Amino acid sequence: MGISRRSALKVMAAATATMVGTALSTHETQAAAVVGPAPDAVGMLYDATRCVGCKACMVACNEANDVTPDTSASDGLWDMPLDLSEHAKNIIKLYRDPGTGAQSFVKRQCMHCLDPACVGACMLGALQKNEKGIVSYNPDYCVGCRYCEMGCPFNVIKFEWSRALPKMVKCELCRHRIAKGQGPACCEVCPVGAVIYGKRSDLLADAHQRLAQNPGRYVPNVYGEHEVGGTQVLYLAHVDFEKLGLPAYSDESVPTRVRTIQGTIYKGFVAPVALYGLLAAMVLRNREKPGSAKAKEGQP
Amino acid sequence: MNAQSDRQPLGGPIFTRPVQALAVFAGIAGLLIIWRFIVGLGASTALNDGYPWGLWIAFDVVTGTALSCGGYAVAMLVYILNRGKYHPLIYPALVTSAFGYTIAGLSVVIDIGRPWIAYKLPFFWHWNLHSVLLEVSLCIMTYTVVLWLELSPAFLEGARASTYSVIRRIGDIGLPVAERFLPWLVALGMLLPTMHQSALGSLLLLSGPRLHPLWNTPLLPLLFLLSCIAMGFGAVVMESELSSKFLGRKPETDMLAGLGFAMLPLLGLYLGIRLIDLGVRGQFGALFAFDLYSVMSLIELALFVMAGVLMATDRRRRDAGNLFRAAMLLVLAGALYRFDTFLVAFQPGPNWSYFPSLTEILITTGLVAGEIAGFIVLIKLFPIMEGEPQVAGAGS
Repeated sequence: MGISRRSALKVMAAATATMVGTALSTHETQAAAVVGPAPDAVGMLYDATRCVGCKACMVACNEANDVTPDTSASDGLWDMPLDLSEHAKNIIKLYRDPGTGAQSFVKRQCMHCLDPACVGACMLGALQKNEKGIVSYNPDYCVGCRYCEMGCPFNVIKFEWSRALPKMVKCELCRHRIAKGQGPACCEVCPVGAVIYGKRSDLLADAHQRLAQNPGRYVPNVYGEHEVGGTQVLYLAHVDFEKLGLPAYSDESVPTRVRTIQGTIYKGFVAPVALYGLLAAMVLRNREKPGSAKAKEGQP
Repeated sequence: MNAQSDRQPLGGPIFTRPVQALAVFAGIAGLLIIWRFIVGLGASTALNDGYPWGLWIAFDVVTGTALSCGGYAVAMLVYILNRGKYHPLIYPALVTSAFGYTIAGLSVVIDIGRPWIAYKLPFFWHWNLHSVLLEVSLCIMTYTVVLWLELSPAFLEGARASTYSVIRRIGDIGLPVAERFLPWLVALGMLLPTMHQSALGSLLLLSGPRLHPLWNTPLLPLLFLLSCIAMGFGAVVMESELSSKFLGRKPETDMLAGLGFAMLPLLGLYLGIRLIDLGVRGQFGALFAFDLYSVMSLIELALFVMAGVLMATDRRRRDAGNLFRAAMLLVLAGALYRFDTFLVAFQPGPNWSYFPSLTEILITTGLVAGEIAGFIVLIKLFPIMEGEPQVAGAGS
């Protein structure tokens, strides 16, 4: 066989590639192991029973984040977003039960998941969790593929459809204000303390204390404590969370499954390299040799 | 892959009526693409924050690349199962694949909102290794290059026949080099689709919580891989039969019947895994709920079964018209499976809906038209097709 010496060199090249792949993926699995709240993870606690629906938080958010107003539902007169969008990083909605008439406001913004789907989706890491666990966005590495939108289980992250040179839009927990020692604009402006800012662990303790002290006032659990692996924005409410647009998700974080499956297939990048070696060997064995072509290959 | 092949350029006039008509569609798409970049995605498409991915991703990329798996599927038959007799099918299949993947790449550039950042994709220090989409993008980009390189012998042989001595020299020098590297490219050309076609299924694992249970399975990557190989064979059968019909070439009945036979185990495997998966996950109730989702799933399954039945016996596979219908059903089945997974099964909530805009449809149509025109022009100019160039009376 005329392929032996040359292919030996190539096998060595493949082996090198395997090692590089292994190195890369070890680095990767170590990173993957860290799931769970960062020690100084911050967040918000929203208590729907306290919210009076004044929407001061929406105004404050727009001001703090230079969000353009959405006037499409108000004949161009005033800012009136109907949902989170490129024009609204934060919104207060009202739920009214058609049967009982019971009602509840609900504040929606990024949940700042402990293990966010959007961060797992993002090709170049434009979306990342910072040291406080805030899911933050850096447009310099965003190609605008919108896979984050496909992943986000809360439909939070939005795209600037109206612009020719768009960005993604989402609540970043006013990280520019936090860097200056302030809190998120929505929390600072809330007149009734319906939404408060703090360390996630403190907020969680606070929430459980409220549940314990006011039995019957709340649905007896804290939304975001476990859902999709936990979020850094926590909710208390007197109406089913599902009715407020907070689905009854399992405790498994969204990227877990894909990480397990892809991680198994591509562990150490060994399988692809081995497969390549195998394929190359078979091609070299089975290809048509010039001259001997048809004679050998005639078999069915 | 030897230089002494029977491949011949078909020759003949280039800008025939069909090519002109196709070029008009491609031209319209070209203008609309410029329009899309001027006004942005909101004004030119029906995409929205509920359905951020639409026709361009679900069809041009996810379905288009699967239809372009002909090169991959036939290469596996020839080199892995050592069925050298199928070799004549490889070059035409590779041309279709190369165009299909090029169009998928082009569609992605049109679809992404910030393409000026995309140049950062190849630089590994930016990579998020957890991103399935990153794997898909890098694989598809590399594979597109690999496909055109795999075709380089045909272009270089064409160059050797040129009337200009400079171009002849390029062909003379380039051909041995290309021949030398070809086996390694061919192997890469089998590895990359295995990776990214399965990863296309993995993409939707991230939408799991919002994916209808009939499609939401950890086996998505396997089902996508199996269906793309079957679709690749189907596309090769269709392409070959259409070539023989419209270009007056001798039909390759023997080989195509063989492809039909190769598709059967794939079909069986796909259907078996799909049904067992539905059973294990306890979704048979949902399958026969006869709502939109159940009906779409049942249509998918029925198309796969019908394709299999049409190809079940050797006599049916040797009936060209019958085999063509079977291949078409199979391609439709795979396409529907992909469409359903990306657009129907994906449930962002009751307030969202999506149907592609005219601009989206015309751009996709124009890109496909350009692909067909490119195929016709290429096989006339370069030695792609093997066998007798013209068989009078065999054109039906």
